[in-house]
Amino acid sequence: MKKTKNSIAPYEAVGVICAQSIGEPGTQMTMRTFHYAGVAEHVPTGLPRLIEIVDAKKEPKKPIIDIYLKKSYRSQAEAEKVAKELGSVFISDVASVNDDLENLAIRIKYSEKDGKVLGVTFNMLKKVIEEFSTDIRVSGSKMLLKPKPLKGKKGEKKRITAKFVRKLANKMKNAIVKGVKGIHRAVVIRDEKGEYFIRASGFNIIGASEHPAVDPSRVYTNNVKEIERIYGIEAARNAIKKEINDVMNMQRLYVDIRHITLISDAMTHSGDIKSIGRHGLSGQKTGVLGRAAFEETVKHLINASSIAEEEHLVGVTENIIVGQTVPVGTGKIKLLMKRTK
Amino acid sequence: MLMTKKSKPKEGKTAVYLNGKFVGYHPDGKSLANRLRERRRMNELNYQVNIFYNSRVNELHLISDRGRVRRPYLVIENGKIRFTPEIVKRVKNNELGWQHLVKMGIIEYLDAQEEENTLIASRQEDITDEHTHLEVDPSNIFGVVASVLPYPEHNSSPRITMACAMAKQSLGIYATNFGTRYDTRAYAMYYPQQPVVSTSVYKALNLKEKSAGQNCVVALMSHHGYNMADAIVVNRSAVDRGLFRVVMFKTYETEERLYPGGQKDSIELPTPEVVGFRGEEAYSHLDEDGIVIPESAVKGRDVLVGKTSPPRFLEEISVFGAIEEKKRESSLPLKSGELGKVDSVLITEGPSGNRLVKARIRSVKTPEVGDKLASRHGQKGVIGLLVPHENMPFTECGVVPDLIVNPHAIPSRMTAGHLLEMLGGKAGAIGGKLNNGTAFSGDTEEQYRELLEKAGFDEYGEEVLYDGVTGKAIKVKIFVGVIYYQRLHHLVSNKMHVRSRGPVQLLTHQPTEGRAREGGLRFGEMERDCLIGYGASMLIKERLLEESDKTVQLVCSECGSTATHDYARNRNLCPVCGSENVQSVEISYAFKLLLDEIKSLYIFPRLLLGKKGG
Repeated sequence: MKKTKNSIAPYEAVGVICAQSIGEPGTQMTMRTFHYAGVAEHVPTGLPRLIEIVDAKKEPKKPIIDIYLKKSYRSQAEAEKVAKELGSVFISDVASVNDDLENLAIRIKYSEKDGKVLGVTFNMLKKVIEEFSTDIRVSGSKMLLKPKPLKGKKGEKKRITAKFVRKLANKMKNAIVKGVKGIHRAVVIRDEKGEYFIRASGFNIIGASEHPAVDPSRVYTNNVKEIERIYGIEAARNAIKKEINDVMNMQRLYVDIRHITLISDAMTHSGDIKSIGRHGLSGQKTGVLGRAAFEETVKHLINASSIAEEEHLVGVTENIIVGQTVPVGTGKIKLLMKRTK
Repeated sequence: MLMTKKSKPKEGKTAVYLNGKFVGYHPDGKSLANRLRERRRMNELNYQVNIFYNSRVNELHLISDRGRVRRPYLVIENGKIRFTPEIVKRVKNNELGWQHLVKMGIIEYLDAQEEENTLIASRQEDITDEHTHLEVDPSNIFGVVASVLPYPEHNSSPRITMACAMAKQSLGIYATNFGTRYDTRAYAMYYPQQPVVSTSVYKALNLKEKSAGQNCVVALMSHHGYNMADAIVVNRSAVDRGLFRVVMFKTYETEERLYPGGQKDSIELPTPEVVGFRGEEAYSHLDEDGIVIPESAVKGRDVLVGKTSPPRFLEEISVFGAIEEKKRESSLPLKSGELGKVDSVLITEGPSGNRLVKARIRSVKTPEVGDKLASRHGQKGVIGLLVPHENMPFTECGVVPDLIVNPHAIPSRMTAGHLLEMLGGKAGAIGGKLNNGTAFSGDTEEQYRELLEKAGFDEYGEEVLYDGVTGKAIKVKIFVGVIYYQRLHHLVSNKMHVRSRGPVQLLTHQPTEGRAREGGLRFGEMERDCLIGYGASMLIKERLLEESDKTVQLVCSECGSTATHDYARNRNLCPVCGSENVQSVEISYAFKLLLDEIKSLYIFPRLLLGKKGG
């Protein structure tokens, strides 16, 4: 009984209602952006972020990862320590790397000041640099590195060129001395419940979970694609729901969760994340006319003609185009009359 | 700024520029600027030269270019104004004029750049030792339009902006020679008045000769819901006596054009042989020369100037060998739905020497429900109801308001100036005196209260009103005042539009667009989405098909291509497969066009028919 009462009537146009229910408050979204506490960078919120989610972008403009910690690490001090360990530090953060093209070498100068702040000692730096070449001459905080020659196809030694040195120097600058790859600028924040957690830019879920202090069941990122890759499509479905809902709520716009769920379901029901638009959902509509009416009209018509596609007029737009009743609401309901005599 | 010669910055020295060109260096730009200004005030340097010292980059600019906007200020030196009482006395005795004061360095013109070096006081009392100039009048900070608004300092700034925008839409006397002009569209007010509360700039511009509005007795109260949401209830009897009555002039013109081949239009009375003859009725107002008789009452589609044109294509020589002249009708009709009298007719020559006829149509636009009125405080509204004099509320002394404005229009918009003008207008009307509402220096509320009290009125302007219908006193006192209202040129009679049936477009068979073409209102995509969302399928079909571009097409049920009707043998035939098994199908004409267009892409669309109604 209750199920019948609460379920929606057949042929109710849920998609249109969903679109309108999200679209209308969307027009009221302010251009004002709210900042994620602690992360200094500008994280897209509001309409730009909504578009990002719905377009199923591979990576958000500013990915963010929230890392909660195991019980014994939840004090602020402990969290700070973990944050320092997680945040990746590049060589260029603690040292200046300059190519010396005259001598075909690379000069590295360790900055003690930066190193101290970021918790990188000279020896740690040296260890990372040794991976590039073992031919290192150390004098104080300076290092002179001679690149080891590359081996060609037949095992012969290739000559070291200036171009190679320049390339290597740039590669070195971006080598990680410490921390987890893809996690930067980790800061400790207190959530509404008073628990300390780490928020960083980046989305390396596995890398973060490997840290002994991190509670792997409570690592979250706003990168939906990454969630799908690691946890699967159901998790991605929930992530899309949460992300859309958060965007709306942040602007104090409240949309019934069922509308958002519908979007999320539509995007994920096929097993992978599909965007809403030309390359995703709308591009995979069944009817030729429906697709042609949306975007790239000629492309769809020509493709359809080359395989003699039939249009069965199942969609709404298709029927409007040919001038028939729309198979929605009253348009699909038929009456059967029992003829007496 | 254009620099012809690049100047290298010299440590501690000021670079001096004349009109953007580098001239040289000076050890102390600031004192040089002051000395130059001193010379200008002694009239040794032309008063049009402005001196600007930029301390940030240590540059001195002397500017005498054209095209700078400059504004006069009174000069202050060492905290003392140079326009001393003695000089004031001499000005009053007509010994000195404005130009003298400029030459004497008492008044100085500053441009936007030199203004950066100054500290300008708006009032004499505010002057300190730091001040360099004083505004001639504090209301000088406003532009021309805003200077004419009364009491802007009592209003919120967005409302002032709106009031300025609306003042430009007001109907009045736009030019004193309006009777002899042939503007495409013009309005003139029957009984324009100058405002009781005006400003010094209004007087200086002599705007009372071209005023655009009338002083109305306004009661601030609600009236049976007919002035909700910014509507205004208007006294019908006042309208009958000429309140806000306006005459609209509209000029129609046509020209005898020349065509290649020596042919020419001719302005004449078209004969029934002319192709496209409109019927005798349409030409009934024309004189024998084919031009309307002045003062004849014309209505929509009546011809104002009869004209015929040569045929578009040269006729073939007929059987008898003579060229048959068939002229085309190309008269100038009055636009449909319009009404008026022919005010005057002008026959002249066009720019290319052709005969040009202009006819000016005059029609009286009496205020009606839906016309727009506005005060000078950004308080606009449309007429919601016209009430006869006897049904309007009246005051103790028998005054009946012209307008009833809803008090809800006031608090959220913070237009206190509106109320103050009502009070000032009332005081002025009672005392027979024009009041001054100039920004920052107008007459004060206290003055008005005193005037009202002396005249035996409530000092706050409130009155006991009696309901015009029942005669009972209204239980609260109502604020009644006199305020200047403008009629804005958004008149319903120029905008009203309906359509039930009407013309359709040639290409799409869909209804035309726009009032001028008697068009329909678009039932757009978003409107369509709403009906889909509601599930009203039949209604969508009605809007998008039945009431739009429904057509019946013949379709071959064997091959799915469009079929034709063979009139000779009275049967339907598919031209592609030759089958006679043809069905008629209801589709939108737009879809037929789409099919045609797809065919033009070398794609053959087939319509596969199902069972009827299935």
